[in-house]
Amino acid sequence: MPEPNPPIALLAELTHRCPLMCPYCSNPLELVQKQQELTTDTWTRVFREAADIGVLQLHLSGGEPASRRDIVELTAAAHAAGLYTNLITSGIGLTQARLADLVNAGLDHVQLSLQGARPEMADRIGGYKGGYDRKMRVAELVTDAGLPLTLNAVMHRQNLADLGQTLDLALSMGARRIEVACVQFHGWATRNRASLLPTESQVEQLKKDIAIARDTYRNRMAIDFVPPDYYSDFPKACMGGWGSTGLVVSPAGQVMPCHAADSIPGLAFESVADRHLGEIWRSSHAFNAYRGTDWLPQPCQSCERRDVDFGGCRCQAAALAADPGATDPVCRKSPYRPKVDAMIEDMTNGARASDLTYRKFG
Amino acid sequence: MTPYLLSGVRLHFDKVRNTNVLLAPERALMLDGVSYEILRRVDGTKSVVEIVGDLARAFDAPAEVIRGDVDAFLNDLKTQLLVGDRDA
Repeated sequence: MPEPNPPIALLAELTHRCPLMCPYCSNPLELVQKQQELTTDTWTRVFREAADIGVLQLHLSGGEPASRRDIVELTAAAHAAGLYTNLITSGIGLTQARLADLVNAGLDHVQLSLQGARPEMADRIGGYKGGYDRKMRVAELVTDAGLPLTLNAVMHRQNLADLGQTLDLALSMGARRIEVACVQFHGWATRNRASLLPTESQVEQLKKDIAIARDTYRNRMAIDFVPPDYYSDFPKACMGGWGSTGLVVSPAGQVMPCHAADSIPGLAFESVADRHLGEIWRSSHAFNAYRGTDWLPQPCQSCERRDVDFGGCRCQAAALAADPGATDPVCRKSPYRPKVDAMIEDMTNGARASDLTYRKFG
Repeated sequence: MTPYLLSGVRLHFDKVRNTNVLLAPERALMLDGVSYEILRRVDGTKSVVEIVGDLARAFDAPAEVIRGDVDAFLNDLKTQLLVGDRDA
């Protein structure tokens, strides 16, 4: 196995605790309890190890990272290690004083989640009354503090009609960037596919709307677009290629190639408690299992897109084809594609839409 | 135009890759020598004309040639919302 390139980004899931209960939460179904969370000292060491092996960008995430009482200390430690620090937050738990402390600690950027462009939608999806209003206030505090703001607007069947309103809202909140991120069906979202999967006509409209919006907002707000799962002809190049650019550390210290990787059966993850992050990056089983292209099956191996999408998403292959080593079932060339089409048909049939299953500790 | 780096955008020397990078929200741009020489002169006080003049002296090259490269590079970064203009 050749030496991998150094990783660029680390997603630090500081905690799974969160005041919100979004039904599409990307956290695993089995949430890590507070008692199992890494200590301040261990995270500090992980940040240093990350910087030493080439990580440039640190995403402080969760759960809600502000649920950690040591979030300011952790930010300072990351900054001292030389990392660019990004706080990925719902905004709940951030006060003016705490934000000022975070700025002093060296925080570079805030990514604020948006569950809806209207209070009733946002509070229903987040399962947190008053969340929308708090978020609006936090956006103001962030921009007042001089920090760049990105909004992460998660879109799905129930709020896609509000796309225009969402973009206008983001601009009025002072966002420099917005990620229009369609729900990715991993973790909790898989339990809510029948309620959240967009319809085909929504997806067609969405693609047109995004192209127009990029023009409309040019030079004022950047629009990143995460297209919806299942509807593409070719799979997404998950993580830009397995084990090629980034790593994820779970609240308990498990090191994973992507945040949903523990949904893949048969992978052995190592812990930052036992080994240096660099050794795990280079040599752990989980990172080498699907690294590069040698492991790829047919039709990927002889496909002209082999080095474009690297066979697609391993979690999706595990979930839809019951084989993490299969061609991503979304691909038109996959033998499982007809099953995906049948599932879309089934899931977007109005009669199947059910109540939301919210994320919560079991 | 008097360019400046927008908040949350900064230069960083990457020891591991032995290169200069521009760090920004959700972005890390690896910089070649020319890009770095331009960006390290972008401080919100020097105009593009001054930056070009400075580069022409430092590298003993004609200002009109450099001007084209600098304009193209900075306009691209402006479109990506990494650079702003104090005169705008």
